[in-house]
Amino acid sequence: MAAASLQSVPQPQPGRDTEVLSEADAAGQAYFDRIIAEDSRIEPRDWMPVAYRKTLVRQVSQHAHSEIIGMQPEANWITRAPSLKRKAILMAKVQDEAGHGLYLYSAAETLGTSRDTMTQQLLEGKAKYSSIFNYPARTWADMGAIGWLVDGAAIANQVPLCRASFGPYGRAMVRICKEESFHQRQGFEILLELSHGTPAQRQMAQDAVDRFYAPALMMFGPPDEDSPNSKQSMAWNIKRFSNDELRQRFVGMIAEQVKVLGLTLPDPDLRYDEETGTWIHMDLNWDEFKAVIAGNGPCNAQRMARRREAHENGAWVREAAKAYAEKQAAKHVTIGAA
Amino acid sequence: MSEQTNIWPLWEVFVRSSRGLSHVHAGSLHAPDAAMALRNARDLYTRRNEGVSIWVVPSDAISSSDPDSKGAYFESPQGKDYRHATYYTKSEGVKHL
Amino acid sequence: MSHETHATHGAPSAPAHPDHSLDSFGDAAASATRVTPGNALRPEDIALAKDVPSEEIAQYALRLGDDSLILAQRLSHWISRAPELEEDVALGNIALDVLGHARSFLSYAGHAWGKTEDDLAYWREEEEFRSAWLFEQPNGDFAVTIARQLVVSAYQYLLYARLLGSTDATLAAIAAKALKEVDYHRDHAIQWTLRLGDGTEESHRRMQDALELVWPYVGELFQDDALIDAVGAAGVRPSGLREEFDAGIAPVLEEATLTLPAVPAASGGGRRGEHTEHLGYILAEMQVLARKHPGATW
Repeated sequence: MAAASLQSVPQPQPGRDTEVLSEADAAGQAYFDRIIAEDSRIEPRDWMPVAYRKTLVRQVSQHAHSEIIGMQPEANWITRAPSLKRKAILMAKVQDEAGHGLYLYSAAETLGTSRDTMTQQLLEGKAKYSSIFNYPARTWADMGAIGWLVDGAAIANQVPLCRASFGPYGRAMVRICKEESFHQRQGFEILLELSHGTPAQRQMAQDAVDRFYAPALMMFGPPDEDSPNSKQSMAWNIKRFSNDELRQRFVGMIAEQVKVLGLTLPDPDLRYDEETGTWIHMDLNWDEFKAVIAGNGPCNAQRMARRREAHENGAWVREAAKAYAEKQAAKHVTIGAA
Repeated sequence: MSEQTNIWPLWEVFVRSSRGLSHVHAGSLHAPDAAMALRNARDLYTRRNEGVSIWVVPSDAISSSDPDSKGAYFESPQGKDYRHATYYTKSEGVKHL
Repeated sequence: MSHETHATHGAPSAPAHPDHSLDSFGDAAASATRVTPGNALRPEDIALAKDVPSEEIAQYALRLGDDSLILAQRLSHWISRAPELEEDVALGNIALDVLGHARSFLSYAGHAWGKTEDDLAYWREEEEFRSAWLFEQPNGDFAVTIARQLVVSAYQYLLYARLLGSTDATLAAIAAKALKEVDYHRDHAIQWTLRLGDGTEESHRRMQDALELVWPYVGELFQDDALIDAVGAAGVRPSGLREEFDAGIAPVLEEATLTLPAVPAASGGGRRGEHTEHLGYILAEMQVLARKHPGATW
């Protein structure tokens, strides 16, 4: 690859952060600090601290993996969607998720890690993805709950990320947020339709909300006091709000929206505390959260097997296209030389 | 971790959103060759009518200015107010000027 | 340049800072994320229109709708399983296009019987479906899907191109929208046929095998029957498309270093409601939820 190409980023190697920085790195660090202080954007070829790069590769690739694995619970229902309109909507949505994974992998690649490396990390179980996708989508109403609660939580999380200090990540998030605006609405409308439908449909809707409520709240991550990395992420302007701040905002929104649905949230403790100006919600089961992240959720094995299968079954296709491109390139050289 | 090389090269995608406008960088993607890169770009970056024309360029064919010399590179235009109409205040208020 | 003229002479009073006044011209609006829904014909428009087709034309639209519906059902299975993520998106687009065609044709057909697209998709029995056998053939590996796409898109392209001239305005309008989309499907299928055929030894073998699997079902697409006679100039005579189909496929296979399969043709029967063993499973999956809740809306 050409030395100055956009993607083959020269990796600054200042060694461990504890070591004394070289003169060039010290200047780089000063420049980086100024950009962050000005709330401007870091671009791929800028000097950046090793830990910043590492944090971003981890966060952006996890985000991308989540989009890709997140396709599965919904793709599961495309062929069974109960109306052709819903089938089209769901197909477009799951397809968008592939697109969002691609935008995010692109952003992560500008940090110097190839997509194939990130894919390998996912398939080998070394990379994480959002634990929510390890829960099964048992009924059609889950398409509603996933759209309303899971995408709703994702959007609450993602909107501030549009201003993330790393340029390519922020730009990917802008595109994703624009596209996702329909995801949450279609989910809400599925639930609205069900809650006004037959008793069985209504029951299905309430059951889905009951199952997805707590996992959706946990999507914002552990409480602030148990989230040591958040502080650094916020200092770097990657993260703009803490886990609890985002969770609060989300709970406030869905507590109102659920009334429009005519359903209830499965949270007897839920109330707005005027004194502290915060939402009080039930205790979340963080042991379960950790267990699911660690691989012990209901669907971890299934999701990974499906991803691995698609990747392995596609190997000969990717090889073929590559071989064809090489043959064509060779032909062009021959013609050019003649 | 072992660093894997992408089996399909990376392409940068530029989209013209409507006639009369420039192509703007939209993002990147992987494709085995230019023909497929264009098609993948169409499928990926114009699903909502974002474009009327697409360019794809192999990522490694793009040369960029050296970020380390950004000061030297972009210092010169700074402070040359006389390149801008706003510099000429005496003609302020004269019609059609 | 015209925008300069506009900037200096167009406004009644010239702006104080001419360079800013140019901001609404040229590239100021350049964006890679500006989105619009567009203004093409949608299945909903067909459903809302009051045009009622004759029984024959409705039966004909039903065939075209069923072909596309069953194909969409097959293709949609690829989303999240494609050989590469870019291909998930590509196949998703194609599946969405053909689902759109299915909805338009079924909505129109349904007007003859007071039925909606969903009545027809979810509440008919297997023997009432009129799709040709090719569409219900399993996805197989990627090569089989591409082989099926190669045939389908070439056939549909020719079909819709002729249907533009249909004496039935609605069929012509649906064809006009579908034709442009199918043109892209054809290109997608050809690009992949070339790459798999002339890629590696393995891909060549798989693609050739795929053609052998798919080819028995090609003949049925081009069979005429009494309904075709009955719809006359509102429809397209399938047998009239065969020659052009063969002429279009041959050079693609040649360039892809593949050979035209010399396999016997399956009898076919989808147009009469006689299907291969695959359709029952497709419908069982597609209809299961809707049928569990009769009368429900979604």
